Parts: sequence; structure tokens; C-alpha cells
Amino acid sequence: MTVLTHAFTPGPIVASGPVKLTLMAPVARFSLRLRAANIPAVSKAIGVDLATTVGARAANGTTETICLGPDEWLIIAKPDDTEKLVAACADVYASATHSLTEVSAREVTVRIEGERAAELLTIGCPRDIDTIPVGGGCRTVIDGVTVVLWRDAEQSFRMDIWRSFALHVIDLLCTGCKEFAAE
Amino acid sequence: MLLIHCPYCNQTLPEAEFTYAGEAHIARPSDPSSVSDEEWRDFLFIRTNVKGPHYERWRHFHGCGRYFNAVRDTVSDRFLITYKTDDPRPELSKLLEKSK
Repeated sequence: MTVLTHAFTPGPIVASGPVKLTLMAPVARFSLRLRAANIPAVSKAIGVDLATTVGARAANGTTETICLGPDEWLIIAKPDDTEKLVAACADVYASATHSLTEVSAREVTVRIEGERAAELLTIGCPRDIDTIPVGGGCRTVIDGVTVVLWRDAEQSFRMDIWRSFALHVIDLLCTGCKEFAAE
Repeated sequence: MLLIHCPYCNQTLPEAEFTYAGEAHIARPSDPSSVSDEEWRDFLFIRTNVKGPHYERWRHFHGCGRYFNAVRDTVSDRFLITYKTDDPRPELSKLLEKSK
């Protein structure tokens, strides 16, 4: 089923209990692919480091990058910065070939926080959550859906979910919250 | 669940993040129009179907997205090694020696 991003209203989903879920406001998202030799030039253009270890992040103000694969990064920025970022990358394209694709409408982000946030993720995520360092992240799977998980604090996560799968994943997380509440 | 080491992420991760992608080290003929029908059939369909250590491809689908190679024992499901696609094919005798 196709669900467009504007069908989602940012705001609290689960507001009380040991884990809180919040649908976050839209941000600008970009998928960046490039070869190792061009990392310094593109990194300078966007003004944020591009880490070379899978799962490592970097940030400068509101712009953030995470390394998802050996030649793949995800960039998150303020929606207002979209044009500036695209123009900066276009300027270095001739000398540092890369692929920058805007994917802002592809995903929605859910904030998962609270004393049992890490435990809640185990409802569908087979990865050992303890191995994700604070300030790191990863692309992983939750109940068959590919998601990008950002760990901002010990018990605070952001999950980027492809919009058409978001209703299912959010529902699953809500079920987990209800189970906690029923204990 | 199997735990598989991804050589690109350099982490050992649950099987659910990976997909199997068939036998490894099968090179596509560089000039397909010059090979015979039998050779092309063999390239497309004929596989060794090993009982024991098997050279195979896996993809870290819900992760870095990369294909890599592995040697897995098809009887015990035990992984002897995983390695990057451009690494040379490891010798089986050495792997078996190491796994003892």
C-alpha cells in the first residue's frame, strides 16, 4: 500500500509509559554514493565529515551524516538547507564525481525514547542493540523492514522507516508499548 | 539464528539481515556470443551442489548492501570464513586446518 509522507502528522504517538514514541517533523534526506578518493572534496562541500567506518556518524549543526556502506552515506539536513547543499555538491562535481539523490519523501522518522527504549526495539530487531554505540547508528531490519537506526543516547533512538512500511512498524512498536504498560 | 560476519561492516550480525545469493566464483563469459549453447547452459544453471564446505555468495541486504563470499559447511551450517568479493578464493585445506 502506498502511503505518502504528508499523510503522517508529526507529534506524539505514545506519550506516557516507559517508552515514548514521537513522529518527528520532516527533514531533508539525501543518499550519497562516491568513491573513497572523492571523500575529502565532497565532505568539504557539504561542511560535514564523511566517516569511513560503517555505522559511524558526523554532524555539523543541523546537518548530519551516517556511513551506511563502504561507499554510501545518508545525509540529514534542515529542509531549508536543501538548495544550498545541492548547489555545494554540484560545484565540486566536475573534480569529485559522486551521486547525490534527494530522498526526503522516502522515509519518516520516529523518536523512541524512555527507560526501556532499547528493550522495545528487540520486539522486531534481531541485532544486539547493545553493540550500537551512543552517537552511532546502523541500517538494520525490524520485522522484515529495512530501517536506519540512530542511537542518540543510551535510551534514545531515531528510526528512519520507508513511508509505506511505517504504519506497520509504528503499529508494532505501539504493541510493544502496550505490553510494557500491561506489566 | 546463524551469526554471519560481514567483511565490509566488520561485524558479526544476525542472519535475518542477510540474503543468500548462490554459488560463488562463477564468472560470466567475457564474450557471451562466442560460447556454445552447452557452455552457456552450464554458466546459467549447472551448479556443484556440494555436500560439505561450499563457496557461496551472500548479501548484507538489510545493512551495507554489499555482496561478499563465504565458505559454509552445508551439513553443519557452520561458516568457515567470509571474505570480500575481490579477495582471492581461500584454499579449503587451510580453512579446514584452521577450523579444527
